[in-house]
Amino acid sequence: MRVSKRASGAIAAGMAAALVVSGCSNSDSKNGDAAATQDGAIVINGVQPENPLVPANTTETGGGKIIDNLWTGLVEYPNDGSAPRNALAESIDTTDSKVFTIKIKAGTKFHDGTEVKAKNFVDAWNWAAHSPNGAANSSFFADIAGYGDVATQDPDDDGPQKAPAPKADKMSGLKVIDDQTFEVTLGAPTAVFPTKLGYSAFMPLPDAFFTQKPEEFGKKPIGNGPVKFVSWEDNVAIKLTRFDDYTLRDKVKIKDVTVKLYQNEDAAYVDLLSGNLDYLEPIPTSALAGDKYKTDLGDRALSTVVPATAFIAFPIYDKRFANPKLRKAVSLSVNRQEISDKIFFGTRKPADSWANPLTPGAPQGNCTACKFDVAQAKQLLQEAGGFQGEMVFYYNADSSHKDWMEAVAQQVKTNLGIAARAEGVPTFAVFRQNINARKMNGPYRAAWQQDYPDVENWVNPLYVKGGSSNDGLYSNPQVDALAKEASGAPSLEASHAKFAEALKIVDEDVPSIPVYFYGLQVGHSEKIKKLEVTNVGEIDLSSVEL
Amino acid sequence: MGRYLVRRLLQLVPVFLGTTFLIYWLVWSVPGDPFAGKCGEKPCPDAYVATMTAKYHLDENVFVQYAMYMKNLLQGDFGTTYSGLSINDIIATAYPNTLKLAVVALTIEAVIGLTAGVLSGLRRNGFLDNLVLVSTLFLIALPVFVVGFVLQWLFGVQWGIVRPTVSSAMPFSELIIPGFVLGSASMAYIARVARTSIAENRRADYVRTAIAKGLPMRRVVGVHLLRNSLIPVVTLLGTDLGALMGGAIVTEGIFGINGIGRQVYRSIVTKESATVVSIVVVLVLVYLLMNLLVDLLYAALDPRIRYE
Repeated sequence: MRVSKRASGAIAAGMAAALVVSGCSNSDSKNGDAAATQDGAIVINGVQPENPLVPANTTETGGGKIIDNLWTGLVEYPNDGSAPRNALAESIDTTDSKVFTIKIKAGTKFHDGTEVKAKNFVDAWNWAAHSPNGAANSSFFADIAGYGDVATQDPDDDGPQKAPAPKADKMSGLKVIDDQTFEVTLGAPTAVFPTKLGYSAFMPLPDAFFTQKPEEFGKKPIGNGPVKFVSWEDNVAIKLTRFDDYTLRDKVKIKDVTVKLYQNEDAAYVDLLSGNLDYLEPIPTSALAGDKYKTDLGDRALSTVVPATAFIAFPIYDKRFANPKLRKAVSLSVNRQEISDKIFFGTRKPADSWANPLTPGAPQGNCTACKFDVAQAKQLLQEAGGFQGEMVFYYNADSSHKDWMEAVAQQVKTNLGIAARAEGVPTFAVFRQNINARKMNGPYRAAWQQDYPDVENWVNPLYVKGGSSNDGLYSNPQVDALAKEASGAPSLEASHAKFAEALKIVDEDVPSIPVYFYGLQVGHSEKIKKLEVTNVGEIDLSSVEL
Repeated sequence: MGRYLVRRLLQLVPVFLGTTFLIYWLVWSVPGDPFAGKCGEKPCPDAYVATMTAKYHLDENVFVQYAMYMKNLLQGDFGTTYSGLSINDIIATAYPNTLKLAVVALTIEAVIGLTAGVLSGLRRNGFLDNLVLVSTLFLIALPVFVVGFVLQWLFGVQWGIVRPTVSSAMPFSELIIPGFVLGSASMAYIARVARTSIAENRRADYVRTAIAKGLPMRRVVGVHLLRNSLIPVVTLLGTDLGALMGGAIVTEGIFGINGIGRQVYRSIVTKESATVVSIVVVLVLVYLLMNLLVDLLYAALDPRIRYE
């Protein structure tokens, strides 16, 4: 997932039912003035991207936001969170979910005027997966046959041995058939593969990318999306403008977009109030308190929900947390409704399912461990033999997690009589370092935002043995078997049904506890007459009318 | 004078090496692996970490890293950040902004602080003196971010007189409010130091002589009294330029100024020793040179002070 570097994390509200923003709801909205829109320019907020803008190397939201607009992938994710649909792809065909024939629309262009061809995808994916290139998103290509030959692991992690040089620099599973067609062979059947193709790691790269250094390309990126890159002044602004040769669905109507790079959300908020900024996401915490933003912005304040969930994860490698009954007892003793009301002013929703409910294929309300039931919690704790010593809940203190983590610890203490307290780890980097090294000795906060809209993304990385974010080392052969069956299912429906079964077992084991679903509050200026918000809370530029 | 200058300049070399190494070592010892938090809730791929480690020599010890950094620095190359940006470029864009802000702040605090100090020092215990006393107490007591947010909200949002944040061209008109905010605390100190100094010298023999000679009051105060009373104020102002530049982080954040404060903060959090040290190197130079300048100014203000 992309990591948000904002001080507050994605602070948000989650009461709106649909993702189309309420203030400009599509049914009764005034449409914008066509002439004003045609030459219009807007300013939206952003943060300085941490890396040059290369899709396969961007793991944080600052750069991700720009890349999402500069590129169009094979598939796109609709704003209402429903299943993905083809964008640049004409068709993605498969009979066995193992070999995919991908046909792309003819005649679309990169911003430098060259045509987008099948080989631009194949070359880009091979570059990203080839381990000497060191792309941060390289693991997304692990499904493709031959990935093991281009990406090698360091045999002893940080030890003195270096990773061996890979055998090949091209994955055997990728084959260009003609200018518009290529064939992808996966290592094993994966029904969800086409859904993944909208993630930024899978974007095509123009030939120009391969003739220069990636850092140089990333300072002046050439994409194939609805807007093209104009200029980037570090820490000040990134300027984008409409790409007039764009032919796909999400053509933008306005002309210029300036992404102003803020270091401080409060500064962005006052700019929004004074009309120097046209779109702000998210509204800073300071303006959420006491619903100040509603008074300030009126119907220009919008609430939306995003597919992200906050968890508390257990270090199951620590013997004290190996008993599922104890974990369930902790989960049942947390009053999620109270945390949502008192600490987040009702802007986050108490969690009641394992996968975020916005995700296609996610079963709703399937977390029985998410109820608030002190009597059952006490009984389970007794059956588990109680808990000896102190239970410390860890969080990273460089972001606003202190309040709710302390509330959780307090509830566990009051309701179960365990000596529980919350402790902050100074920075996210130190926090993650301890988690990666499996050195946590207490439950800790975690958050998951889906990379692509499918329930698969809420099971395989989190609850399957060896999953990329299964940091607590949870392992249940039944879950592994069901998830494997689900991933290899011939259709998405069959796959979703199997994942639902897997989540039922997860619900009994409680490897982590879902606490709340994130939401997002955004605001816009009077200049914007109509807009929609994407399923991750970014402004949908193609919808903007002035 | 010449020999004194050479000696002082030579003294800069060990100070410079010592401070830069200390800072390099401090940032190096900040706990946390720079790449542990970079890929969100999952570890970064090995290949990525290995590439970055090799590229930035992170597997070497701190002395070797510092030596390599210094070697490049002496050739005028500050190196690159982990995201591949040239630190020379960062310094070239961020420093002028911070310097501009600091100079505006220094000018505002010198003009207002000195005027208030002189006026109140001349009429001790009068209404003006008490007013200055109370208002400086108020400014010193308020944290800088409170002054910042209040003025930004009043002038920028409520009355709409100025832009609440500074635009990228940084015209001087937009810097007045941020400059005032940045210089507000120092302004209060300057007023107080100037007041005490003036009040003390007001009773000195040479002032009495000047008045007895029948010199107009304007000349007594403007030339004789002020010149002698300025030494502590100049000391304060000189060292303040460095403090203002290094301490602008809060003000820069509030008003959205792309200065060195934000760069230093970001770099410390992401453990980018090279960036932190590069920015601080320039700051150390500013401090050292300002100190030298202040010492030289003493001689200009008070002819009794001579340097050999």
